[in-house]
Amino acid sequence: MDTLANLADGFAVALTFQNLGLALMGCFLGTIMGALPGLGPSNGVAILIPLGFTLGLGPTPSLILLTSVYFGAMYGGRISSILLNIPGDEPAMMTCLDGYPMAQKGRAGEALALSGVASFVGAFFATWGLVLLAPQLVKVALLFGPAEYFALFTLAFATLGGISATNQAKSAFAAALGLGLAMVGVDTQTGVPRFTFGEVHLYDGIDFLVAIVGLFALSEVFVFLEHRGTDRDISTKPKVQIGRIIPPWSLIRSCIPTMGRTTILGFIAGVLPGAGASLGSFISYTMEKRLVDRDKTFGTGDPRGVAAPEAGNNAAAGGALVPMLALGVPGSGTTAVLLAVLLALNVTPGPLLFTNNPDVVWGLIAALFIGNFMLLAMNIPMVGLFTRVLLVPPRILMPIVAMISFVGIYGISGSSFDLLVMVGFGVLGWVLRKLDVPLVPVILGTLLGNEMEVNFRRAVEIANGDYGVLVGSPLSIGLWSIAVVGFVLPILFGARLKRRMRIPEDSEGGLTRD
Amino acid sequence: MSDRIFGGIGLVLAIFFAWQAAIIQESFLTDAVGPKVFPWIIAAVMGISSLWFLLKPDPDPDWPRAGRLAEIAMAALVMVAYALALPELGFVIATAIAAAYLTWRLGSRPLESIAIGVGTSLGIYVIFRLILGLSLARGPLGF
Repeated sequence: MDTLANLADGFAVALTFQNLGLALMGCFLGTIMGALPGLGPSNGVAILIPLGFTLGLGPTPSLILLTSVYFGAMYGGRISSILLNIPGDEPAMMTCLDGYPMAQKGRAGEALALSGVASFVGAFFATWGLVLLAPQLVKVALLFGPAEYFALFTLAFATLGGISATNQAKSAFAAALGLGLAMVGVDTQTGVPRFTFGEVHLYDGIDFLVAIVGLFALSEVFVFLEHRGTDRDISTKPKVQIGRIIPPWSLIRSCIPTMGRTTILGFIAGVLPGAGASLGSFISYTMEKRLVDRDKTFGTGDPRGVAAPEAGNNAAAGGALVPMLALGVPGSGTTAVLLAVLLALNVTPGPLLFTNNPDVVWGLIAALFIGNFMLLAMNIPMVGLFTRVLLVPPRILMPIVAMISFVGIYGISGSSFDLLVMVGFGVLGWVLRKLDVPLVPVILGTLLGNEMEVNFRRAVEIANGDYGVLVGSPLSIGLWSIAVVGFVLPILFGARLKRRMRIPEDSEGGLTRD
Repeated sequence: MSDRIFGGIGLVLAIFFAWQAAIIQESFLTDAVGPKVFPWIIAAVMGISSLWFLLKPDPDPDWPRAGRLAEIAMAALVMVAYALALPELGFVIATAIAAAYLTWRLGSRPLESIAIGVGTSLGIYVIFRLILGLSLARGPLGF
C-alpha cells in the first residue's frame, strides 16, 4: 500500500497546471518528432534538453516534459511506418510490415487507430509495471557497494549494443571513446587536470549535453545532406488515403489477446539491459506470427501484425525506465539521454533517488499515466493533424533542427566554444555512423564515465589497494558473468538476428535506436 | 579498407591517450588507484578493439562521392562560421544566413531558401526569445 500512497503523492505533484501543460506540450512535440522520419526519440529528447534547462524548470517539470516527449515519440513512430512505409524511428520498423499493406488497402485510418490503441495498452500497462517493479529493484540496488556498481556499469556497456549488434569490437570502441571523453577535465578525487592540453575551457570537462546534441541531432543533418536526391530521399514517396479513423470494436476486440501477450513480452525486453524497444517490437511481432498466423496473413495487412509491434515497443519504452530510475544505469539510447537530464539538473539517479527525491520519481510516474491518456486522445481523433506534419519536407525541417540545437546549447553556456565542439561532434557522429559504430555507447560513456571511475577507485580504496575486491562478492561476480555473456552472445547469434530484423527496411546506422 | 584506416586511427588515439594519461601530474595527496589507472584501462579497451577491426575489417560502407563529401565539409564549415559569427552579427541575422544555406543545399530553390532562412530565424526568435524568454546571442543591433 506504500506504493499506492506514493503514487497518490505523485499525482498531487503532477496535477498542477504547469506540469499538465508541460506533459501536453511534450506529448504533442514528441508525437511530431516520432512521426518525422529522421527525428527519433533520442534526438528528439536531445534537442529539447537544453530547452528545459534554460527555461529554468526544476527537475520534476523537466523530466515530465522530456519523458512525455519520449513516450510521444514512441507513439508517433508508427505514423510514417503506416503511411509511408518508412519507420519514423527504429522501433517502429516492424510496424511497416503489416501497417503499410493495410494502408495500401485503404485502411490506413484503421491501422493508425488500432496501433494508437495498441500503443496505449502497451505504454499504460508498462507504467504499472514500472510502479510495481522499480521499488523492488531499488531494494536490491541498496545492497550494491562501489564494486557492484562498477560491475553494473560494465554490464550496461557490455550489453548496450544489444543482442542484434553485429560488431562488438565497434561497440567496445564506442564505449571507450565515450569514457575517454569523460576523463577530460579536472580529476574529481585529486584535483589534477587531465587531458586538458592547457585549454581553460576543458577544465570543466566536456559538457555531455554538447556531445549528445552534436552526435544525435547535427549528424542527422549531415546524413540528409549526403542522401539528398538519391533513392533514400524520402520526399518523393506517394501519398496514401487515410480512410476512416474510428476502428470497429470487433477489430480491437480481435486484437486484445495479441496486445496482452506482446505488452508483457515488450516490458520484459525493455527492463533487460541491452534489449530495448527495437528488440521488444521485433520479438513481439515474431512471437505473434508464430502463435496466431494460421492463415499466413501476417505481412499482408493483418491488423494483429500492426497491434503486436506497437504494444511491444511502447511497453518496452516503459520497461526501459525501470533500470534508469532504479539503478541509474540506462539500457537504451533514449533513457541514456533522459539520464543526462537528471545529471544536468544535479539529481543523482539510482536507488537513493526513490528516498531522496520521491517527488521526482512519483511525479514523473503519475505524469506518465496522465500523458498516456493525452496521447491516446491525440493519436486517435487528432491523428489527421500529425499526418499533415509528414508533409513538411526535410529540406525545411533539417535546418530548423540544426538551428534549434544551436539555440539550446548557446542558451546554456553562451559560449561559441561549446558550439564549435558541438559541430565537431556532429561531424564525428556522421563518420561513426558511416563506419557502423554505434553512438549510444559514446553517449553513455560521456555520461557515466566519471561515476564509473569514482566507484572503481572507491572500491579499491576501501580495500586498501586490493584490486581483488572488484570480484569480491557473489553479487559482483554475478554481474560480471552476465556482462561477459551479454557481450559474447551477440558475437555468436547477432549476425543472424540482425539479418532478420532488417527485413522491412534498413534504417540508418542505429541512430534512432529507441 | 575504411575499417583498417579507422582501426589505425583508433590505435594511434589509444596510444596517445595512454601517453597523455602517463604524463598526468599527480598530486602528492592521492588515493590508492590514482588518476591514471582508469584512463589506462580505457586506452587498453580502445587499443584492443581498434586492433580487432584493423585485422578483421567489415565490408566498406558506401562513401559518398567527393562532391558530396565536399558538401558535408562545407556545411560543417558554415556551422563553424555560424558559431563564430553569432556574437558578432546577432542571432537573427546569423541564423537566417545559416538556415538559408542549409535549406538551399538540401534542395530548396535560391529565392525560396532566403525566405525559408528568414522565416526559420524569425520563427525561432519569436518562440524562444519573445515567448519563452531564452537568452539568444545579441549582436550590435540588439537582436
